[in-house]
Amino acid sequence: MSTPTIPRRSWTQRYHVKGIGWTVLLLVLLVASAQMTGVNVGMFFSNLGQFTNLLVRMSNPAWDYTAVIIQPLLETIQMAILGTTIGAAFAIPFAVLSASNLIHNRWLRGLTRLFLDLVRTLPDLLLAAIFVAIFGIGSTAGVITLAIFSFGMVSKLFYEVIETIDMGPLEALESVGATKITIIWYAVLPQILNQFVSYFLYTLEINVRASTVLGYLGAGGIGVFLQRSLNEFNYNQTAVIILATLVVVLVIDGVSNHLRRVLL
Amino acid sequence: MEQATPIISFKGVNKVYNNGTVGLKDISFDIPRGQFLVVVGLSGAGKSTLLRTINRMHEITSGEITVEDEAIGDYKGKALRLLRRKIGMIFQGFNLINRSSVEKNVLSGRVSYYATWKTILGLFSKADKEKAVHALERVNLVEKLYTRADELSGGQQQRVAIARTLMQDPKIILADEPVASLDPLTTKTVMDTLKRLNQEDGITVIVNLHSVALAREYADRIIGLRAGQLVYDQPIAKVTVDDLDQIYQAEGEKA
Repeated sequence: MSTPTIPRRSWTQRYHVKGIGWTVLLLVLLVASAQMTGVNVGMFFSNLGQFTNLLVRMSNPAWDYTAVIIQPLLETIQMAILGTTIGAAFAIPFAVLSASNLIHNRWLRGLTRLFLDLVRTLPDLLLAAIFVAIFGIGSTAGVITLAIFSFGMVSKLFYEVIETIDMGPLEALESVGATKITIIWYAVLPQILNQFVSYFLYTLEINVRASTVLGYLGAGGIGVFLQRSLNEFNYNQTAVIILATLVVVLVIDGVSNHLRRVLL
Repeated sequence: MEQATPIISFKGVNKVYNNGTVGLKDISFDIPRGQFLVVVGLSGAGKSTLLRTINRMHEITSGEITVEDEAIGDYKGKALRLLRRKIGMIFQGFNLINRSSVEKNVLSGRVSYYATWKTILGLFSKADKEKAVHALERVNLVEKLYTRADELSGGQQQRVAIARTLMQDPKIILADEPVASLDPLTTKTVMDTLKRLNQEDGITVIVNLHSVALAREYADRIIGLRAGQLVYDQPIAKVTVDDLDQIYQAEGEKA
């Protein structure tokens, strides 16, 4: 029995030039950006004491404060649900227009994507500041901010999902003589629906957390109370707010996991 | 049979892909109404392209194709959709909507008879829902009406695809390698179904096949493609094994 002749690998393959090259490049970039931005890792450790100090001060949650924050917490959730739903609903047509496997017109696609990039570039804090200025302090400003923020994020996630679908059913519907909209409804939507739901819930979760921050700017919800407690150095109240928010996020996460399993 | 008026006619059809590859080269032939035509040839010989030019899923570069005596080259929008409506298509990969029920898949074959908004709301008439049941009856799958498509075996999925096509009331069925991913037993079921539709309903059937044996078993007529050219065209009575071997051999030697 003769040994089969194994093809020779080139020297770049033999010494893993590519892998090593990329790793080195990444490390160089990392170190360089740390140097240029003046990040001091040592400071993080030397000042760790202040962090633990804060934790200690928060270690005694003021449980009676819970009753006060339930109402604003609910308002936060409602804001998040409203904002995410509005944003996601508007995101669907834009996601379709951005998907390269559905829209072959490069200009239309490029223009839509440019618009979405623009929306994503606007920081949510800036949006909140603007809408608080327009609509005054309250949850209206918060909902609109969250809607725009979700729109930008969800549309990108959505069109990336659309680009991974199986094109076979689309071909079949096209050969049947279906219109473009019918094709999308019958062949695209069923393929993406559960990933849509999952991304929707993920965005909702992010929005619950984001809206706590938006409250800082007067956009309503639990954030107003978070800001107040921090300003008053009432860290025991801060602790309760953080814990309550954690519970909400956990619940949404649980619901999201459950729905994904049911829908799949 | 041979004297019947052609339902499809190719006249000097050429197809060159954007990258310069020649897909079809000067193809001319007629397909009489009611024929069971099998197209053989190696992968890449242009079988799929040929099939898809008939319902304009692929555009041709020059020449003319007529379906029921009408040139189809200029069809746009509604006219194109109406052309596709009377031409059913079966695919190698079945192309069902996996997450949807068999019923919805079958009904999706009927959407071109409805306004877009009605298809979106799923407003199919009672008659068409019964038609769907009847279509499934013809492929012996009524009991799977409410099953999800991806829970079916390959052979069953292909029969659902045939039922979907039946909903179009097609005059022509194009089948692109319909049994390439099926085992011998289910292959027979699917091919028998196509043959039955051909004989009972008089639907013109055009099938791309790899298997010479299957081609000889089912075809009324066999045409062979090699490198985009029509190299063989005989009624089944005149087809010999040697002929078919040559269609494959010559290409194999070149490669």
